Amino acid sequence: MTDRPLLADLARRAGARAHRAGTACSCGAATLADRPDAVVVRHAATVAKAHAPGTGPAALASRLAVAAGLPDVLLPPLAATPAELHGRLVTFWPYGSPVDPDDPDAAPWEAAGALLARLHRVPAPAGLPPMRGPAKAAHAVARLAAAGSHPAVAAVLGAWRALPAWARAEAPMPEPGAVCHGDLHLGQLVRHPAPDGPWRLIDVDDLGVGVPAWDLARPAAWYACGLLPPDEWTRFLDAYRAGGGPAVPGSGDPWPALDAPARALTVQTAARTVTKSAALGRPLDEIEQCLVDACARMGAVPPQLASDRAK
Amino acid sequence: MQCPKCHAQMHTYNRNGVQIEQCSNCRGIFLDYGELEALTRVESQWSQPAPPPPAAPQAYPSAPAAPAWGAPHGGGHHGGHYGGHHRHKSFGHMLFSS
Repeated sequence: MTDRPLLADLARRAGARAHRAGTACSCGAATLADRPDAVVVRHAATVAKAHAPGTGPAALASRLAVAAGLPDVLLPPLAATPAELHGRLVTFWPYGSPVDPDDPDAAPWEAAGALLARLHRVPAPAGLPPMRGPAKAAHAVARLAAAGSHPAVAAVLGAWRALPAWARAEAPMPEPGAVCHGDLHLGQLVRHPAPDGPWRLIDVDDLGVGVPAWDLARPAAWYACGLLPPDEWTRFLDAYRAGGGPAVPGSGDPWPALDAPARALTVQTAARTVTKSAALGRPLDEIEQCLVDACARMGAVPPQLASDRAK
Repeated sequence: MQCPKCHAQMHTYNRNGVQIEQCSNCRGIFLDYGELEALTRVESQWSQPAPPPPAAPQAYPSAPAAPAWGAPHGGGHHGGHYGGHHRHKSFGHMLFSS
């Protein structure tokens, strides 16, 4: 199947879990993701994930425990502790049906808002590490700064420097924090049991204590940049508010709370696309240019005070 | 009188005590000197008991709030890059990635 031992052995482990009785099968394994930071393999109803090299076992175990304890919000793992395989930590999950990437109009915005509200209202367990959103944004910006020259670099870095220190992972996030997912997008929602069970959040790698508005900020950034239609943004935000989510006030303007994280996620996405565009030597497309243009406009408007309050 | 635009016959109506002429063909309206001011005055008297509307941050009352750095045509206004069934491929990919 492959000459990479990690992928092959991961598939074998997933198969062994899927068929506890040890009988031979003809299911075949499907590779769901194969990136430097994650390899994910499915075998029948079992999914095995090899986490990024360097993932801390204690931090991952503590994130797994949150998922295991909140099965009505997060997909619960099949095993409470990570296994080890070729120097990588491996976790096992039940298979859930994802959002169809060819039909983003079917995106479950209401479920996403409601699940996040539920997650954010849970008291943070002792020892849960910080949410990794700002650290990942800082990583994307560092890669951009190292990517060399591109006409869009100055606007993106300028917008980044104007952010409060916590949003750049250069200071702790403001208190009080909430339990956050840390990396919400439409690929992080699955129906379990497949194919039509309730929606659940997946991927605990960035989960932790932090500013809950971060979890709303990617859709907020898409909306602000003119990419996500207003009705989809409204469905998401209204569902979050209806669920009593603490990231934004229950009514009125949510932007004082969303401003800094939405800027950070606009910068992060712009940084990733510009880095890729510079590496491939291709121009930005219309959508990518929208993100860079938003970064350029941020220079004229300082970040809103409410989100700057506790930096 | 005749409509100055399409030359059809204009009819006289009384609107809030102000005489206005409307074209029977193109529905255009002709106001005499002072009639626009009279209409405005009547309108402001009508709405005076209500509190002044708050300064809305967005041009369209139904659009959700958006930040000042948002897209000039985005944030709920016409002309964004979303488009129903023709969602841009690049954005479709963005919806599913970190």
